[in-house]
This record gives sequence, C-alpha cells and structure tokens, in this order.
Amino acid sequence: MPSNRPITPSTLSVRDLPWQIVWDKDKCTLCGQCTAICPVHALELGVFRKRTVELPLGIIGAPPENHMQLFYGIRQKTDPAFACVGCAMCTMVCPNDAVSPHRSDDADKLVFHRDRGGLPRSRGGRRNAPGTVLDQIKFIRISMLTDPALDAGRHEFEIRTLLGRVLPPEDNLKFIRQNGWIPPVREIYPLMIGGMSFGALSPNMWEGLQMGVAYLNEELGMPVRISTGEGGCPPRLLRSRFLKYVILQIASGYFGWDEIIHAIPDMKEDPCAIEIKYGQGAKPGDGGLLMWYKVNRLIAAIRGVPAGVSLPSPPTHQTQYSIEESVAKMIQSMSMAWGFRVPVYPKISGTSTAMAVLNNLTRNPYAGGLGIDGEDGGTGAAYNISMNHMGHPIASNIRDAYLGLVTAGMENEIPLIAGGGIGKSGNLTANAAALIMLGASGVQVGKYIMQAAAGCLGAESDRCNICNIGQCPKGITSQDPRLYRRLDPELVAQRVVDVFLSFDMEFRKIIAPLGRSTSLPVGMSDALGVSDYHIAERLKINYVV
Amino acid sequence: MCRLFAITSEEPLSPMVAFKALDVMREGHDGSGVGLFLRDLGGPFEEMKDAPILSGIFTENGLKRLDTFMMNLGFMTKYKLPIKVSRTPPAGIPKRDIYLVRAYEYPEEWDGLSQQELYSRLVSVRLQLRKMGEAENDMMVFSFWPDVIMIKEIGEPLKVAQHLKLDRKDLKARVIMAQGRQNTNYAINLYACHPFFLEGFSTMTNGENTAFIPIKDYLQSRGVSGYTGYQSDSEVFTHILHYSQMRLGLGIEAYKHIITPLQDKEIAVHPNAALLQSLKQSCRRLIIDGPNCVIGCLPDHSLFMVQDRKKLRPGVVGGRPGKYAFSSEICGLDAAIPDRDKSLDFQPMHIDTAIVGPNRQEVITCRQTAPLPLPR
Repeated sequence: MPSNRPITPSTLSVRDLPWQIVWDKDKCTLCGQCTAICPVHALELGVFRKRTVELPLGIIGAPPENHMQLFYGIRQKTDPAFACVGCAMCTMVCPNDAVSPHRSDDADKLVFHRDRGGLPRSRGGRRNAPGTVLDQIKFIRISMLTDPALDAGRHEFEIRTLLGRVLPPEDNLKFIRQNGWIPPVREIYPLMIGGMSFGALSPNMWEGLQMGVAYLNEELGMPVRISTGEGGCPPRLLRSRFLKYVILQIASGYFGWDEIIHAIPDMKEDPCAIEIKYGQGAKPGDGGLLMWYKVNRLIAAIRGVPAGVSLPSPPTHQTQYSIEESVAKMIQSMSMAWGFRVPVYPKISGTSTAMAVLNNLTRNPYAGGLGIDGEDGGTGAAYNISMNHMGHPIASNIRDAYLGLVTAGMENEIPLIAGGGIGKSGNLTANAAALIMLGASGVQVGKYIMQAAAGCLGAESDRCNICNIGQCPKGITSQDPRLYRRLDPELVAQRVVDVFLSFDMEFRKIIAPLGRSTSLPVGMSDALGVSDYHIAERLKINYVV
Repeated sequence: MCRLFAITSEEPLSPMVAFKALDVMREGHDGSGVGLFLRDLGGPFEEMKDAPILSGIFTENGLKRLDTFMMNLGFMTKYKLPIKVSRTPPAGIPKRDIYLVRAYEYPEEWDGLSQQELYSRLVSVRLQLRKMGEAENDMMVFSFWPDVIMIKEIGEPLKVAQHLKLDRKDLKARVIMAQGRQNTNYAINLYACHPFFLEGFSTMTNGENTAFIPIKDYLQSRGVSGYTGYQSDSEVFTHILHYSQMRLGLGIEAYKHIITPLQDKEIAVHPNAALLQSLKQSCRRLIIDGPNCVIGCLPDHSLFMVQDRKKLRPGVVGGRPGKYAFSSEICGLDAAIPDRDKSLDFQPMHIDTAIVGPNRQEVITCRQTAPLPLPR
C-alpha cells in the first residue's frame, strides 16, 4: 500500500473481511474464470510487481542486480461493497483448484460497515446461527419385546396428514345425515414445500420444483404439495390439472392475485389450499421483499406491477385492522371464491402471541389450519436485523399451540403446520418427525429444498446469502437468464423426488420402531426425549441422559 | 404378551372355566395377575338384574368409609357375595382385608330418573369412590353397574381363583371375560388390569398401544367424566368403544373402522366411501397403531373380537350354538369347549370383526370391506 493512500473509516484490509480468498500462484492458469463467475465481483485482475535480487554469475566482485518483474493473478477487493461472500464459485470453476475462500478466524470487521449510505444490511438466507433445539431431540420409545417391531421396508405404511378443518366426529356424522356443509379436507403428504415465490426463485427453479412435485404425485402416488409463496402463479399452471398440487399463497402485497382471480373460471382443478400469509419466520413483522434487481418483465407481468421497482409488501394486510377481520373476513372471502371447496388457512410467524391467533381460529368454522413459521425460516430478502434477531423458535410455539388445542379438545380439528429451520443442520427427517410428535400435523420446508434440490450454497456461517440481489451463483434465486440457465429444471425435479423418497424411508425408520405405521404420530410426545432438563420441561417431553 | 379368554353361554358357567383356559395358555403369560369380568349373572344375582353391583377391594377402614358414603347417598345393601380368604395368602398374592361384591338398592330419591341419568350417576359414584380410595389407599373400585361383577388381583390366575374360592355355586355368569397378566408398560396397579369397564362396555387387549398418549389426550378432552384413569394404555380401547356407540351412535361394525381404518385405496371402492373417509378423518386421533387383539363385551351381552391392522396378535373364536368362546390360543378354546366342530374355528384377520350376539347361536363376521350400516 502506498504510504499516502487515503484511509477512510471503512477502509479494511483483506484480513478484516469475514472471507479471505487464498490463491495459489503456482497452480493458477490465469484463465480468469474465477473473476468472471464471482457474483459480487470480489475478485479482480491483480498485477503484481516483484523485485528479485540476483548475483551475476561468474564475475567475482560484481554488484548484485535488481530485477523488477511483473506477474499476474487475482486480487481480492476490500471495499465492503465487494466483500467476498464465501460462495466458493471461484473454487468450483477453477480448473486447477488454485483458489478458494476461507473463513477468517478473526472477528468480522466488515459487520461494522454494512450500512453505508445509512441503509442497513439486507440479505437472503436465514438466521445466522447454526443448529436448532430440534437437532437435540431423540426418539426414545423403541418397541422390541413389549411388541413386535414393525418393518420399515415391508409393512404397510400410510404417511398422510390432513389439511383443512376437520369436524368433530359428532358434527361430521350429523352433517352427513343432514347433507350439511362439511369443510374441505385434503389428505396430503406431511412434508410440504413451503412458500418460495415466483420471483424470489428463478423460472428454472420454480419449474423444476413443480415438475418434481407433479412426478411425486402422478408417478409415485405421494401427495406432496407446494406453496406458491407471494408472487402469483404462472397463468398456464393456473389453468392446468397440476394446480391441485399447489397451495396458492396470498400475502399483504396481493401480488399476482389479479391474474389468479381472473383465472378462476378457467381452472380445471381447485388448488390444494389457500395460504394467507400474515407473517414469515425469517422476518417477523415485516412484509415480503422482492428487490428491484429481480423484477424483470416476466415477474412484473405475473405480479401485475411495473418492471424494475422494488416490491416490498406491507407488514400487514392493509384492508384489515383486527384479528377478527383477518381471520373471519379474509378466510371467508377466499373460501367463497372457490365455492367453499378449498381449505383456507393462515400462516403466521412464530410469536409469543400465536396462542391468541389460534384461539381465534378455533372459533372460526372456516379456518382450515394454522401455519407457524419459526425464527429459523429462510427468505429471499430481508433486513439482517429481522432475520437474526426477530422471531420465536418453532419447537415451543408448536408445542404450546398443540397443548392449547388439546385443552380445548380440538387437537384433531385445526391442523398445525410447522416451518422454519427444519433440516437446518441437514437432519430433515429427524426435525420433521420431532415437530410432528410435538404436535404439528405437517411441516413446510423451503431452504432445505433449495439446498438439496438445487445446490444452494448458503449457510449459517453467513456464507453466500445474496439471494436478494439476483446474483445467485447457482441460478436458484436469480432472474438473469445468464445465471439461471446454470440450473437444469429436469435435474432439480429429479433431486426433489430424491429428497422426498429418502425422507419417506427415513421417516418410516423413525416411526416403525415406535410402533406407528398407519396414522401419523401427531402429538406422540412419549416418544421424545432430550438431554437438556429445561428443554424437556418446557416442551413437556422426557428428560433423558 | 398377555392371554385373553372370553366365553358366552346359554347356561351360567363358573368363572373357573376361564381360569382353567388361562392356565393352559400359561406359557403365553407371566401369571402376574388376573382380571375377571362377569355379566348376565346366574345364581342369586339372577333375581336382581337391575341392582347395581359394586366390585372392589377394601381395607377394613375403607369398608367403613364406603358404608358411610353409600348410606349418605341412600344406597341400601341388597345382597353380598361373601368371599372369605385365608389369613395368609399364597406366595405372590398380596394380603387384602375384603374382596367386595355387593348389590345395592337404589336410593329412593333416584326413583323415576331416566336411564341415562341413572347410569351417569352410577359412573359418578364409582369415580367418587375411586378418588376416595386413591386418597387414603383403602379402596379400589372396579365396577358399579347392574348385572356386572369384576374381580382383579395380582398373582397366578388359578392360585388367585383358589385363594378367593371362586369355584362356588352362587357365582355363575353367562358372559365371562378373563385376562392373565398385570400391565407391564406402566407401574403395576390393579386399575391397570384388564378387562376395563365403562357404562356397559368392556374390553381387554393383548398388546401394547403405541398411540396411547395422543388417544388418551383426545379422549380426555371429550368432556366425558368416565374417560379417566388410564393407568393402562389398553383402557382407551374400552373408551373408544363407548365413544363410538354412545356419542357417535355407531354400531359394533364401525368400531374397527375407527381404530384401524381402511387405507385410502380401499375406501375409494367401498360402498360407504364418503362416510368412511369422514370417519377416518374426524376420528383420526382414535386410530390405534399398535399390534393389538381386542376382545370386548357390549351392553346387549354380545362378545366380539377385532385385530389390529397388521394382525400381529393371536386370537380365535369357536364353539357351538349356545356356547362360544374367544381365546388367545386354540388350546384355551380346547380346554373350555372341547366338544365343538373345530373346522369352524375362526381366526379374525386384519379387516374382520367376529361377533357372537346375545342369542349365542353363531359367529357373525363382518369385514371392513362390506357395506356399513349407517349411524343411528
């Protein structure tokens, strides 16, 4: 560094950044692919000057000579705007494995400079804290001699859950006799793909997910459902038979709903359900956010907005001012739109006030369930502060809600759908099974699907997490054809199928030894144990050491 | 595993027939205890079919408290079965003061009550007594119901029968259910011993109920005062039966549709598809998922047997017109009714319910795939 280089408060050295790119000059072929692929332009051509001192050969007493040389390579930018995000795409494209980012072992200094222009950091991903309580829960009730164990491979299993308002048996039989209205109920697979909007995801990613879901349903007989997220739904899908595998989400921005409402007369099938999003675990109390980078003409057309503008949804549904209105009016309106043939349920972010919402739903005969999205949920874009510090963990929220329903005698009537951080550490099946045994009727996953089905590189070590700016190096959350063409929809579909099939086998491997096979073990808390006394007390499960 | 035996006969039988059947099946149970259910009684109880009979075990002090309690309610003793036991019980059987089987006259104030009200008061009295007994550990009450006697004790079944001298002329019944073994899943407690009884319905079960906690949670939230206890995971089978018949108005044919519903593809081709789908969904929390054989008795004195969805437990029914028995093993059946056509013995499979009605003339089997009578 020249001695007269200006030092501003935000001038950092490579060492101050969370990720440092290590480059091996000997291996580098100077092909330049790493600089081309870097989504944040953290790498640039480096021209290095080097002095070597050589002694002239054979001439005794001759003075050493200075040789000034130039060599070329890469240089990591230190401007906070271009700080390496650790995605390691450079490593992936390097033909000689000459370059790779390494996480600094020192405290991050960049964190102090991510608000330039007075704009706090926003990003994609999820709460940057590895691990969850769910990972600690074990399944401890193993039937061996008290009962013959079931065979996960050969016995009959029926892994299904219900979505929609289930009547108490007395009313159900009465309404059958009287030809009364029986609320629509869907029997679906308990693992759902949670709301990731068309817009947040690239067209190729969305297509891949939809193809995978269609294959699971039509070829493998697994009734897997996928939520659209808040971004509408492509017109052709709305008018196709595949709509029945789709949960249409309506959120506070109502994006895409003009298109959906107008497509209703042309719909061949009813959608699986309508999800009214009131909150999201990744950014509780904040609306959806699609940043302008990603609002191209296609997205704008589907959402019914101008292209090239940021699309922040309001934090609440602006037409409503009370919980009664939110649940009663909106659920009823949505039910009416499809002739009361489609379950409608609200989804909220995990919160200590979830019980108030749930209690309200128990009094509303049209409420078809409650989705609760915990603090570890992922998102395409949110303020870092919302993601890291706002929200309620899912485990105790679901447990409280379930026990509340048990007290009210309505545990079979309002399905609880848990989301947020399921499979965060890769333990998808164990986390899902734990939540089901704590009381969830089903679980929703988003981030895990991005990671498993499309190779998302994001991690809770604050790796990558740039879904918001449309530069996703894997093409998952980008609207730039040059990026999303990296993602082959067919291969995404295949991975979705892989994920669900392996989940299914793992789930059997959990429930078969517990002696369960034909009904989902919702609320089977006697099977759960944890080695932390306070967690056990809080969740009312077994304390085991 | 435990072993189950039930018999229904036109002629009143001594309970010893059941003890002997359990004894030949002793390789299948650990002889840790026995529960006995007698109904459609013969002997002196024949003459007092309407009088509620209290069955239980009491200490001297408990009996005094019982008498005070019952007198205060206005109950008068009508008849009691004297059970005298030796001062030193055989090894393995605990020492008890009084085994009580006592028929009562209803209080005069209860005259004119509807049967429903009468029955709910009987349940309430039994639950109060049970609570009193649990508070001071001086009484255990197994049933308080007309024409029903229940005896439960720890120990080898045959030894218990000999100790209690149950082979006697004045103790006979046309319907007998017996189970050999104490509950092992939870703490040993006589309240955990099968058969269980609630308002005319009784069941006993072979096998662990793996869905016990969610089912228990659901039943307890139904607002029925009798849905309590649950010292045993098998008690819920009785209560599900009660719930399906008394609250839902369904017949015994529907019981299996509730505890082990058909899979969706079978429901789709069933003549009552819509009803079954609704039942499966609305009664989802009552689905048993474990390996269980359930033998039960209905208020009309029918006996029935159902198996779990995978048919993992043994169970056979056989006999001749006038006398049929349900047994865990064929050797138990052989011991009780040797003179039967064995080729007609029937082992209910995963979708069958085997029923012997109150006329005791035949074994009726209904399969879940058959049309279901609509609820009453």
